[in-house]
Amino acid sequence: MSDLHTLAQRLMALDDRLAACMRCGLCQSVCPMFGATMKEADVARGKLALVNNLAHELICDPQAVAGKLDRCLLCGSCEAACPSGVKITEIFFEAREVVNAYLGLHPLKKMIFRFLLPRPELFNLSVRVGAPLQRLVLRRNHDVQETSCAPMLSFMLGKRHVRPLAARPLSALTGPLDEPRPEGGLKVAFYPGCMGDKLYVDMAQACLAVLRHHKVAVFLPEGLACCGMPALASGDAEGMLRQISVNLPVLRGDFDYLVTPCPTCTKTIASLWPRYAQRLGTLEREATARLAEKTLDITAFLVDVLKVEAPSDGEGSLAVTYHDSCHLSKGLGIRSQPRTLIKASRPCRLVEMNEADRCCGCGGSFNLSHYDLSRRIGQRKRDNIVESGAAVVAAACPACMMQLEDVLSQNHDAVSVRHPVQLYAQHLGLGGGPAA
Amino acid sequence: MANNALIKDFEALLGPENVFSSEADRQSYSYDSAVLAPVVPTLVVRPTTTEQLGQCVKKLYDNGIPMTVRGAGTNLSGGVIPDVPDTVVILTNGLNRILEINENDLYAVVEPGVITAQFAAAVEKRRLFYPPDPGSQSVSTIGGNIAENAGGLRGLKYGVTKDYVMGVEFFDATGEVVKSGSRTVKCVTGYNLAGMLTQSEGTLGVISRAILKLVPPPKASKALMAVFDDMQKAAEAVAGIIAAHVVPCTLEFLDNNTIVRVDDFTHAGLPRDAAAILLIEVDGHPAQVADDAEAVERVLRTTGATTVHVARDAAEKTKLWEARRMALPVLARARPTTILEDATVPRSQIPAMMKVVTDIAAKYRVEVGTFGHAGDGNLHPTFLCDKRDADEFARVEAAIDEMFETAISLHGTLSGEHGIGTAKAKWMEKETSRGTILFSQRLRRALDPKGLLNPTKLVSIR
Repeated sequence: MSDLHTLAQRLMALDDRLAACMRCGLCQSVCPMFGATMKEADVARGKLALVNNLAHELICDPQAVAGKLDRCLLCGSCEAACPSGVKITEIFFEAREVVNAYLGLHPLKKMIFRFLLPRPELFNLSVRVGAPLQRLVLRRNHDVQETSCAPMLSFMLGKRHVRPLAARPLSALTGPLDEPRPEGGLKVAFYPGCMGDKLYVDMAQACLAVLRHHKVAVFLPEGLACCGMPALASGDAEGMLRQISVNLPVLRGDFDYLVTPCPTCTKTIASLWPRYAQRLGTLEREATARLAEKTLDITAFLVDVLKVEAPSDGEGSLAVTYHDSCHLSKGLGIRSQPRTLIKASRPCRLVEMNEADRCCGCGGSFNLSHYDLSRRIGQRKRDNIVESGAAVVAAACPACMMQLEDVLSQNHDAVSVRHPVQLYAQHLGLGGGPAA
Repeated sequence: MANNALIKDFEALLGPENVFSSEADRQSYSYDSAVLAPVVPTLVVRPTTTEQLGQCVKKLYDNGIPMTVRGAGTNLSGGVIPDVPDTVVILTNGLNRILEINENDLYAVVEPGVITAQFAAAVEKRRLFYPPDPGSQSVSTIGGNIAENAGGLRGLKYGVTKDYVMGVEFFDATGEVVKSGSRTVKCVTGYNLAGMLTQSEGTLGVISRAILKLVPPPKASKALMAVFDDMQKAAEAVAGIIAAHVVPCTLEFLDNNTIVRVDDFTHAGLPRDAAAILLIEVDGHPAQVADDAEAVERVLRTTGATTVHVARDAAEKTKLWEARRMALPVLARARPTTILEDATVPRSQIPAMMKVVTDIAAKYRVEVGTFGHAGDGNLHPTFLCDKRDADEFARVEAAIDEMFETAISLHGTLSGEHGIGTAKAKWMEKETSRGTILFSQRLRRALDPKGLLNPTKLVSIR
């Protein structure tokens, strides 16, 4: 694309969808960004107006519009609350793609999305080389969240309190799995997601242990790549397509469901892969459509398919509050299943926090580029968690878990963070729960 | 864009983080919820203290710069769209403190940027009640509610915003502070300027603080739904309920087009051949609620409702209200452009008005779904179109013009709750009189000699 007019013409593909916004402004009430800054350009209505103006050549500063579009967590809260049903995140993905194609993708992002992430063996190698070196730079915070900080890496990590990378990724610990389907039983493909594979390995192991407990055969192939969301969120649909192309042949196999402990992966595989595979061949289109039908969040699999139930009797002694991850609750409509799982796990007692379904402020790569805003949004979530009086906060999303660990650790709160499956695994005596 | 000296001036006063001068930022304050052309302001400023608000107004007045005050930007008549490109927009959302909730004297003091629903929730926590509930309450501000005299679903029994304004402090056009009203129920000190500021649409002053009346909350409530095969019967039911001396807190209706569209969307099994659905809620003391609900049910049956549902518990009540809650979202999804009108007639004229709306829709070949507040005659004929289709949009505008003619001829009004702004200014004289326009303009010019406060709104002085 050479000029603004061409850019505008490409954005006009969004015109019908943009016209659906009636400018009612109700997105202000749910937008985490607007909650933090109270600026109209930070809320969906403002961004849709700017994309519309760029498409109609009423503004000639694509850099500024890209900057505004980037100030969004893609949490989908606005879309879930939108009275006129505007497909807001879909518009934002496509607008980011068009505008970034015009401005050019950052070389580092290009390297990561197009070269590193589509090559799982290389990604794993870089993590395995990096993990031992962490010891040299990470300083333990001695908090219940078990985070560390890295003053020497502050140029990169800022003041974040993060979980160290696992010494060995899940895929190296378990090796490839292709268990035989038990007589009359189920077999699932387990997609741990990058964070489940490399950061929250204990959580991913808890998932596998729970599946084994329920006598579900697991297919965990070698060579799974990233689902592509980070690339797409950065406007790099091409990078995502490459990652889909790597994953599809690896995920060929005989299984009933594809389960993941990461709702962003679930949402991406179930709804974005089929849409973006339209740009690939017929085989890919068919394969993504088949996968999409089988893809389920792990808490939904446990409760809806395996029928894990909460006991009706008694209340546990451990107060656990639950944070609704945006991609799980607003994106996939899964709200009751993780709660059922918590209630099914002794000694947990579910206590609801205020604004449980309000975004925690992580937003994946948003946290990397806008840490200050991410922290401000996270603080509101932290306040609600602490006010609930719970000793544990459960979140069924590794990205939320990372954000919650950071904000709680920064505030010196003795609240530990767990995936609901970890609580359930501990209840089953499979380990992985909070230190009592 | 504003000149650099002015930007620097405001940055020194408010801090650079509260002065928005980039093109992208200014463009995001060029519109509101009305279907009107945007106008990009020259600068946007956000005072965070009352003193700063006054200083902003004075600075703009001294420099002869037009100003438009903006809360959440949910106005449906263009009230916060800048009048001219050299307008400076003053945001009130940095002034969002609830200063006092007084349980003994039943009032609250708030800054203008406090969000209506958050205020109502804070009041509820103290076991009191702030009834005005405009449709945009989850984001709208109290300042905007007062400037527009916002209504809502509870108007019939509890009144509208103006019924809860006990006092207002505001800056006049020159930045002088003006105080009117008090924390007392009775106050006749000076002109009722608080009353004058209410519904003034940002043309007479800039509200900096408000004293609002609170009431004890009702202890119980009950919801009913009735289906009618004829609009006239539904109107008779409404009249019958009032004649039985029951004043429901809400009395809503949906027309056939809205019912069918809601049912298409929700598959809730609504009566698709019904001419109208009435939704009624009574509240108050439990014994009175039981009596009132019985009386309402009797009226509904004698006026010929084909079915009557009485909600037995909270879950059923939520279900009954679902159709009404979905009315606007479903209509808004039907076509790209949604024009939400609020022509209002005496409630006995609802059948006549509904017939005209239906006839007009056929005559101009436009789509209209109507729902609204049957108890107070405040209808929301919602025109569904695509403003990018010039021919269709012209027909919609002609249809709306004719609808206003009818509303006025039925002794109704142009606007029950959305305001005049620029959208309905041309109709003002028709409903009122030449003298009303001249009087209003002379009033404005006397108070704002340079004509800087939202100059083209309501009655233009530009």
